[in-house]
Amino acid sequence: MSLQFTTYLIVGLTFALYIGIAIWARAGSTKEFYVAGGSVHPVMNGMATGADWMSAASFISMAGLISNMGYGGALFLMGWTGGYVLLAMLLAPYLRKFGKFTVPQFFGTRYYSKAASTVAVICLLIASTTYIIGQMTGVGVAFSRFLGVSNSTGIYIGMAIVFMYAVFGGMKGITYTQVAQYCVLILAYTIPAIFISMQLTGNPIPQLGLGSDMAGSSVALLHKLDLIVQDLGFSQYTTTTRLSTLNMFVYTVSLMIGTAGLPHVIVRFFTVPKVKDARASAGWALVFIAILYTTAPAVAAMAKMNLLKTINPNIMTNADVFAPDAQIAYDQRPDWMKRWEVTGLLKFADKNGDGHIQYYNDASKNADFQAKAAAAGWKGNELSVNADIMVLANPEIAMLPNWVIALVAAGGLAAALSTAAGLLLAISSAISHDLLKEKFMPDLTEKGELMAGKIAMACAIVVAGLLGLHPPGFAAGTVAIAFGLAASSIFPALMMGIFSKTMNKEGAMAGMLAGIGVTMFYVFAHKGIFFIKGTEFLVGSLGQNFFFGIEPNAFGTIGAIVNFAVAFAVKNMTAKVPDDIAAMVENVRIPRGAKAVDGAH
Amino acid sequence: MQHDSIGYWKATLGLIRTVLIIWFVVSYGFGILLAPELNNIHLGGYPLGFWFAQQGSEYIFVVLIFWYAWKMGKIDEKFDVHEN
Repeated sequence: MSLQFTTYLIVGLTFALYIGIAIWARAGSTKEFYVAGGSVHPVMNGMATGADWMSAASFISMAGLISNMGYGGALFLMGWTGGYVLLAMLLAPYLRKFGKFTVPQFFGTRYYSKAASTVAVICLLIASTTYIIGQMTGVGVAFSRFLGVSNSTGIYIGMAIVFMYAVFGGMKGITYTQVAQYCVLILAYTIPAIFISMQLTGNPIPQLGLGSDMAGSSVALLHKLDLIVQDLGFSQYTTTTRLSTLNMFVYTVSLMIGTAGLPHVIVRFFTVPKVKDARASAGWALVFIAILYTTAPAVAAMAKMNLLKTINPNIMTNADVFAPDAQIAYDQRPDWMKRWEVTGLLKFADKNGDGHIQYYNDASKNADFQAKAAAAGWKGNELSVNADIMVLANPEIAMLPNWVIALVAAGGLAAALSTAAGLLLAISSAISHDLLKEKFMPDLTEKGELMAGKIAMACAIVVAGLLGLHPPGFAAGTVAIAFGLAASSIFPALMMGIFSKTMNKEGAMAGMLAGIGVTMFYVFAHKGIFFIKGTEFLVGSLGQNFFFGIEPNAFGTIGAIVNFAVAFAVKNMTAKVPDDIAAMVENVRIPRGAKAVDGAH
Repeated sequence: MQHDSIGYWKATLGLIRTVLIIWFVVSYGFGILLAPELNNIHLGGYPLGFWFAQQGSEYIFVVLIFWYAWKMGKIDEKFDVHEN
């Protein structure tokens, strides 16, 4: 069977499985199968949350970025898991006790005004739309490879399919479909990792393989990797921080508090049966997420080693990497490179015209290395490999069986589609229900509300898709910006709503607007106004990362600090919070008396 | 309120503080700030600082949440505010 046929077959089978489960679940008692029904076992709920959470950014993009960044890539790993600790302790149990259905409803009640909930909706829309741009980048990568088309065609096709998927909507919210998606996704991620870990170290568990010696030698894999990346002018894998320690620190904070501020994650914990369950279900979700997140660093390191080894086999044997025939010849390149060249995400340019592929860090600051490269006639790096393709290409690079390659494609599509569709649904309900119906058009009919939701969804996907053609970064980087926006607006206001009895509506609103405002200002200064290329400002005169060397993706932390400071300053200048609201906050702190969720939708 | 709500809230915040300290020390402490020093120690083939950043923190986070949920259940019962 050809690879293309196997891929279609496995992708088709997995989708048949999701649809089959959706139909089967519907045929039974509908209510029971919704999370809100409350009869779902916490472990199942954890898997479903995992599928919801792990998007194109986690599945397709993250390991590739870690592969490029080395040690510094840990900011994604710590950031996107550590937030669950905050969520479990600081938000989930209290929001559950609060008994509302959505984040804007919480804001409307706790901050006793429609205006507060409108501000929250706007912040959510900005964060979610940015999130979808990142997802569309990932969708484009997955579809272009899956169908063998260019990346932009992949995005157009992906836009259409995501839209249908979201309108169909039935896949979403049914816990057992998501459990199936989780299973496909995690198998697709771990099976190739197990194969590759076996090949390289003889240890089948990737988490242990990464800390093992190379098969048949007594050199640790990470030590070997450190040596070979330096042989090609890259910086040491296990010690390279992301720009600076300060930047890596605030980047991690931004992702952590952003996790605890994103609507599609928080909503999961609104609807568990009890406060007690809200605490534990965050734990189960993290168990299933951590399986992927602890495998990712192994995928990253091993993919890097396999890629470098493919291009320049001499690095593994301490032979001369600069020898004229050390690098593979372009016309003898492996098939996987040809397949990815079609998408335009892998490119070769023969700068020195020798017909061989020189893949190295041509910006290396090591003078000794640069001298050797010049002596060997190297005229710059000739191979560009988009970081977002690493996970999907990884099993091909390692020459694993076709069914494994196909399985990874199926996992990538599942991850990209499920999260993008979920976010679109969140956007559509925020616009049609929380904004239009509650605020501007109270007599909107149910039919009109549905229509408005679909139009909002279509607009969001077109905007995100077009911006996804020229994305502000790799999929995971763009998603990180979305986390920063949520971190700077929603998280502080939620925290203050629960932990401060005196925070009033004026303070909360001013804080949110200031936090997201300053974050957007910094991001747009670097990435263009609303991510439109060519509209960058200030960086020309002040330089990149002008605020203490902090990159825009990490700026959510600064935004959150501004949010807290402004909120408390404004609070002290405005009217006291009403007594009944203070009493309500007091009551939210105690688990007893938690009612079923109201705030019908 | 008939319960000792001040005592309950104090106990809750105490537990949150303990968890946050551990959470901070393993990730930001061992994984970022002290990573260069810890990298001189090895855990199998892993430099220790690198391990905390890319593996250890994630495991410890999982344990922390379950430990918090269990301790919190005890506190709920002690102050008689648990759900029936």
